[in-house]
Amino acid sequence: MMALRDNGPLLEVEGLTQKYGHQIGCEDVHFSLYPGEVLGIVGESGSGKSTLLRCASGLMQPTAGTVRFDTRVDGLQDIYALSEAERRMLMRTDWGIIFQNARDGLRMNVSAGANVGERLMAVGERHYGSIRDVSSEWLEKVEMDLGRMDDLPRTFSGGMQQRLQIARNLVTKPRLVFMDEPTSGLDVSVQARLLDLVRGLVRQLGIACIIVTHDLGVVRLLSDRLMVMRRGRVVEQGLTDQVLDDPQHAYTQLLVSSILPV
Amino acid sequence: MSMTQEAQPWQAPEHDKPVEQVEGYNFAYLDEQTKRMIRRAILKGVAIPGYQVPFGSREMPLPYGWGTGGMQVTAAVIGEDDTLKVIDQGADDTTNAVNIRRFFAKTAGVATTEKTSDASLIQTRHRIPEKPLTDDQILIYQVPIPEPLRWVEPRETETRKMHALEEYGVMHVSLYESIARFGRITTAYNYPVQVNGRYIMAPSPIPKFDNPKMHQMAALQLFGAGREKRIYAVPPYTDVKSLDFEDHPFTIQSWEENCALCGADDSYLDEVITDDAGGKMYVCSDSDYCAERREAGHVGDQGEPQTPAQKGAAE
Repeated sequence: MMALRDNGPLLEVEGLTQKYGHQIGCEDVHFSLYPGEVLGIVGESGSGKSTLLRCASGLMQPTAGTVRFDTRVDGLQDIYALSEAERRMLMRTDWGIIFQNARDGLRMNVSAGANVGERLMAVGERHYGSIRDVSSEWLEKVEMDLGRMDDLPRTFSGGMQQRLQIARNLVTKPRLVFMDEPTSGLDVSVQARLLDLVRGLVRQLGIACIIVTHDLGVVRLLSDRLMVMRRGRVVEQGLTDQVLDDPQHAYTQLLVSSILPV
Repeated sequence: MSMTQEAQPWQAPEHDKPVEQVEGYNFAYLDEQTKRMIRRAILKGVAIPGYQVPFGSREMPLPYGWGTGGMQVTAAVIGEDDTLKVIDQGADDTTNAVNIRRFFAKTAGVATTEKTSDASLIQTRHRIPEKPLTDDQILIYQVPIPEPLRWVEPRETETRKMHALEEYGVMHVSLYESIARFGRITTAYNYPVQVNGRYIMAPSPIPKFDNPKMHQMAALQLFGAGREKRIYAVPPYTDVKSLDFEDHPFTIQSWEENCALCGADDSYLDEVITDDAGGKMYVCSDSDYCAERREAGHVGDQGEPQTPAQKGAAE
């Protein structure tokens, strides 16, 4: 899985601002994401993490600023200047979005196999046998029991739903995956297993990833770089270990020192 | 009926009696402005095959679900020289068909018929006539739910966007689901089709047996959904393809039996229970097709001979 332009960024965000009336969602955010890189975004509740993710992933048009993505055909393109058809095509082929709540990302009334196969059918796959083969291959990759392939997701545990969501998103081999608090609401052992799985897949497939979380342990494990947000602004960014081990901004220091020791 | 009542002489069934046109209504019940509005929607529908055109559906003097959409389309296109046929589940003598036929006989004074080949307009519920239609006929469907994506996506805003952007992957998700559970596509009626290579369309609750008849049909096909306020159309000689998978191709229903009355082996059969001991017979659902075959001398296992020559042979 190689990016087309090895040197250029995959995603480039410039001056991104989102206002809800007078309320600031996020303000003047800049960053570039390179192929295969994992970027963590941390901050307390209401700091604009999810707003930033929604704007960057094409779900919500920002008030100001640009989001440019390195499309396979035309190179860097402003995603909000694309037609809606092109943007949605991009979202279901080259991108994946993994929601905090699996119910937002899954079709709860169709089987696990159909959930994974949906993207394939959306891009024109019309052979039942091969859709099923690819689906089961991906269910195996996310360590799901193939015997549950024809069961409905609502009969699954939270951890399984989350893994199913990952399989469903990765089946078209996206180059960029957005994750919004992928592990919150799961117990710690399931969290650990899920993180291990995500880390393996991301490294193995060379997928670039943006992970929004309030859990510093998650970013320590997964991300190469880290952005710390507060009140809609990025207060500090750098390599993950550098930011966590030697925090410069007062808020980052507070955040790091707030972790409960075991 | 009380026992003391005297036996009445045999009378023709109600639907066979000629009906007088009633005074006081505009031609075909609807006012001219409404008909023009509906005709504009029909023209747009014909111009964009399979696209659901919203229209200002009117109250009709019968409840939603009884064919108000089809009736409004019929009222908008019917003229004084038209001959109207109305079928319900293929039959001309069922309640819905009889009442709608009488309604237009009364309000428009048009000729009505039960013969498929004599009709210029055919309003239908649940079937397409077995006899191929010609390019001077119009077939009008009564549609309960016009949106084929409704069962997979409940949001109207989202289904409209899906149609606009041609995002039809989920339609195959429902077919996939059916194969995964039952080993084959089990949708037997209202089987989704793609019209002219573009829009996915609900063909109304006709059996999938009738889907191939829509493909390249010579007659104009109009669809009216009264409650949902949508009109759509398939122009003559347009491609209509039933959705399927390469390794699970679309197939139509088939029967081991032939029609018990006319012996037809190529028509859609209804199962009729004849007694309490498990007795049953299969008969054509298209009553006109069956009658025409019997008149032409075809006899099924339980049919009675119709032509004098056959009667002679039987005696």
